[in-house]
Amino acid sequence: MNRFSSFIAGIRDGTPIFLGYLAVSFTFGIMAKNGGLSVWQSVLLSATNLTSAGQFSGLSLISVCAPLTEVAAAQLIINLRYCLMSCSLSQKIDSRTPFFHRFFIAYGVTDEIFGVSMSREGYLSPFYFYGIIGISVLGWVSGTFIGVVSGGLLPARIVSALSIALYGMFIAIIIPPARNNKVLAGIIVVSMLLSLLFTAAPLLREISSGFRTIILTLIISGAAALLFPIPEREEKAEL
Amino acid sequence: MSTSVYAYIAVMAAVTYVIRLLPLTVIRREIKNKFIRSFLCYIPYVTLSVMTFPAILTATSNRYASAAGFLAALILAYRRKSLITVALFSSAVVFLAELVFGM
Repeated sequence: MNRFSSFIAGIRDGTPIFLGYLAVSFTFGIMAKNGGLSVWQSVLLSATNLTSAGQFSGLSLISVCAPLTEVAAAQLIINLRYCLMSCSLSQKIDSRTPFFHRFFIAYGVTDEIFGVSMSREGYLSPFYFYGIIGISVLGWVSGTFIGVVSGGLLPARIVSALSIALYGMFIAIIIPPARNNKVLAGIIVVSMLLSLLFTAAPLLREISSGFRTIILTLIISGAAALLFPIPEREEKAEL
Repeated sequence: MSTSVYAYIAVMAAVTYVIRLLPLTVIRREIKNKFIRSFLCYIPYVTLSVMTFPAILTATSNRYASAAGFLAALILAYRRKSLITVALFSSAVVFLAELVFGM
């Protein structure tokens, strides 16, 4: 694939992210306006951070004028999962790819861009990343803008319905490869059940959602790698 | 007030960017170790599963509508429908279910 077709493939893969981001960032825009941020500040926040949970929590800290160190600590905890995702993504970039591209790709490591690009086989061109990041950022930033300037314009029912779009996309990423792979199917079921346990059980539910994701990812992926190491040859074909 | 908002934005962006950047620049080569390779291959499945469930049930304004959307997404994904189809169809199911359950 040349640069242009990689870029186009990225845009195509990013289209569902665009739609989902539009809905989520629309909600963020409304909340940012209620939190006292201007249009420009809200858009700048979305364009530079590109993270839903981090921005929502940051917004609530800004509105109570929390100390900057506290804001930094909160972002670190909530967004630390991106560190794991970047580790995984590092294996999707050919080591011969010019190094500077990694500085730009890093900007776009979100749950959704990570999930979609990992579902592609083999090494990925930086231009694929630029396509998928570009269209996703467009959705994230324009949704924020529309949310701030036209808060009540989009009916609540539509926003509510679109809020499930990104989860639907996650399911579309994880289920098909698990159809013919019992290990993956088991991993998905165990992950969801433990996530439910950590959300509902006393004490465990005190753990923030960001840490929940990190703890369970380390434990379950680690156990799976020990119990079911992936043979060298199958790896490329399977995942 | 205005300057401090920009300071907040800058700190948030910097922390988040460094978290994303470090592993990508530190791990430059293909990892040969079988355990670590397998671990990294399993990460997307675990992370996305953990983030999806049970959070998907509270994503919309009605729990039953969310459950209906979740089920629709599972069925469509199992039938290997594209990401955009699953995303839009589950949204449509939620929309209709919210009308039925009258949120």
